[in-house]
Amino acid sequence: MHTRIYACACVALFVVVFGGSSPAFAKETAGSEIEDLKKQMAVMEEQLRFLRRKVEQLETKPASAVPAASVENADVKTEQRLKDLELQVRQQRAPGRGLLSAFNPKLSLSGLFSAAMFSERDNLNFGGHDPKEQGFNVQNVELHLSGEVDPYFRLDSHLVTFIEKGETKVELEEAYGTSLALPANLQLVAGQYFTRFGRHNRLHPHQWDFADQPVIMNRLFGKDGLRGPGMQLSWLAPTPFYLEFIANAQQAQGEIATSFLSKPGETIRGYSLLDRPVQKIGDLLYMPRVVTSFEPTEELTVAMGGSTLFGPNASGPNNATIIYGGDLYVKWKPVDHVKGFPFVAWQTEYLFRDYEAGPDNVNGIPADRLKDFGLYSQLVYGFYKRWVAGVRIDYVNSSGGGAAAPFLVSRAQRDLAGERWRLSPNLTFSPSEFSKFRLQYNLDFAESRRREAVHGVFLQVEFNIGEHAAHTF
Amino acid sequence: MGNRMLLLTVLAGGFFMAWAHPSDAKLNVIASTPDLAAIAREVGGDRADVTSLAKGTEDPHFVDPKPSFIRILNQADALIEGGADLEVGWLSPLVLNARNPKIHLGQPGRIVAAEVVRLLEVPTGPIDRSMGDVHPFGNPHFTLDPLNGKLIAERIRERLCVLSAADCPLFTTNAKQVEDKIDSRLALWQKQMAPLRGTKVVTYHRSYSYLAERFGLQVLNTIEPKPGIPPSASHARDLITQMKAEGVKLILMEPNRERKTPAFLAQQTGARVALIPSMVGGSKEAGDYLALFDHIVKTLLMDAGQQLP
Repeated sequence: MHTRIYACACVALFVVVFGGSSPAFAKETAGSEIEDLKKQMAVMEEQLRFLRRKVEQLETKPASAVPAASVENADVKTEQRLKDLELQVRQQRAPGRGLLSAFNPKLSLSGLFSAAMFSERDNLNFGGHDPKEQGFNVQNVELHLSGEVDPYFRLDSHLVTFIEKGETKVELEEAYGTSLALPANLQLVAGQYFTRFGRHNRLHPHQWDFADQPVIMNRLFGKDGLRGPGMQLSWLAPTPFYLEFIANAQQAQGEIATSFLSKPGETIRGYSLLDRPVQKIGDLLYMPRVVTSFEPTEELTVAMGGSTLFGPNASGPNNATIIYGGDLYVKWKPVDHVKGFPFVAWQTEYLFRDYEAGPDNVNGIPADRLKDFGLYSQLVYGFYKRWVAGVRIDYVNSSGGGAAAPFLVSRAQRDLAGERWRLSPNLTFSPSEFSKFRLQYNLDFAESRRREAVHGVFLQVEFNIGEHAAHTF
Repeated sequence: MGNRMLLLTVLAGGFFMAWAHPSDAKLNVIASTPDLAAIAREVGGDRADVTSLAKGTEDPHFVDPKPSFIRILNQADALIEGGADLEVGWLSPLVLNARNPKIHLGQPGRIVAAEVVRLLEVPTGPIDRSMGDVHPFGNPHFTLDPLNGKLIAERIRERLCVLSAADCPLFTTNAKQVEDKIDSRLALWQKQMAPLRGTKVVTYHRSYSYLAERFGLQVLNTIEPKPGIPPSASHARDLITQMKAEGVKLILMEPNRERKTPAFLAQQTGARVALIPSMVGGSKEAGDYLALFDHIVKTLLMDAGQQLP
């Protein structure tokens, strides 16, 4: 019965996606534009040559041949026309308007580096792109390529390298196509991408307002955030305000799906994970999300969303995990801002995970329900052009899994359970839109560290080159 | 009970459809900036509803891509943008997420104003970002030349005619009226500005190149040492020397920029600071495209110590 429903859903999706992409919506091909441009340039260059000859003729013609005023007028007009044409030709030849570059992907490279000092050798920063080693860190060097594939799709890819414990790592962080012309306000995303759960998970490290990821994101979505290959279909409701519904299905295995099938041999709160591959369509990870936004005043924007994520977990052959999340973002920016300053933005996310764990027959731990929850709330204030001050508070806690506690053998395992809170003030200075310096302090208290303070100080620097990326809200 | 439910469903569906697809067939035109919107409003008349995404007081390079804009663009019949990288920092994700093929590049509903005007300051040699926030396609603040306003009005007319052939005669009449109004007012503005022809000025950003070219002002330098880069003490020092040597008596800047540096320069050189809105809605006097220039001309003459002829 279930298989039949899934099959019908797949067929319907296929029909909507491929049947609905009418060629009527297709853009004009860039090829013909290039050809037009070439022809236009050839015509203009010919006109230029002609006008130059005219100017030379007028200059060499004896003054008595035509009335002086008439020569002067003709001269001025021809010179003006010449000037206009020269500018037009230069415009066509401007850097970035090269004929070949029209087909090249847009390219940008972002480098994010930091110096970090912690009060303890084993610190509490576990994010893959956090500053987490004493001394200097290469947090994230990201190559972004994007471009239109054809009249129906656009492709974005983010290739990331970073250095962990002296070793260079390379990741295909994201590579996904987005539909351009689906009917009925639908949009399809397919490929490898960050799950659009809440606000923070889909951001790349250089888009973060703080040097490290929030604690709850790390605890529930692992060190790299939740991402994976999959398909997402979203629908923009035709309402007078912004309202979007998202349905998402993604692969549930790999270290980027920490709360789900993850990797065999890993543990979750002391429970060993089995080798449980995806075998049926029900073994995937599913997420419905709804997000809306409105503007109480012309200077204030509110965006909020709710997400639910469910899928199998590998602590047992039939176990499942469900994660709920709510997010809120409020931004104030005056209508007479200069270069986006001043502004105040407040962002909060709450997440709750219900993890059906065990039994772990290897270690003899009975089945249990592991509950993890927490939030982060951050306020950033762009108080002066190029300067932003921020403060973030994190709180996480967990319950259940008492019988597994003796099996939390390593400090790292113990750090991922129990109560923890953290306070992080920071100050960011951006010399331009393409570079950034950030100083951040973390004051961290964890139950696993007997609630003794762990201090961290980071000096982060970011450089961007290439295409001017458009900002998202 | 079943019939009641059916009736309710049909009524709710009908209401929803009426809400989503209003029967009024006016064109829904969205402009990225208020000056483009003002021109479109003149051309579209009562057959087009025109909305601007940016506000006149905002910096058009740094508009927040609010989610509500996605919804607005989703229902657009046409999108008018400045182009030449004016909106590079915010417009493209909005268009992508709006799921509206009518406003994709290459469609009649996507109107790029920069395509019809002669752009100034187009780089001819190699450029990179060490030169500041240079615009590779040329200066995008071209609506401050009223003659460019005419060219843009004509392009908007052409496209609106494609989108709504039945209303084309009205759009054509309206466009002709706008163009005639610009011509007659331009003659007046030229006459009023005649005493300032050849006047040397300093501007904060390269926002007034087109205005200066049209009215014969000579822009000697900018307060920003490079486009988009804030003024430095050494640049201010050089500027004071240059302004004194060249006898610069006018500094042009947008009302929303920081005023400390221009005020300092003015105090050191005896120049006046003229607050010139760069877009419609940039000040309360600049309510539409013609009023913008009325206000600019009046302000410039006043700050240059001239009487309106």
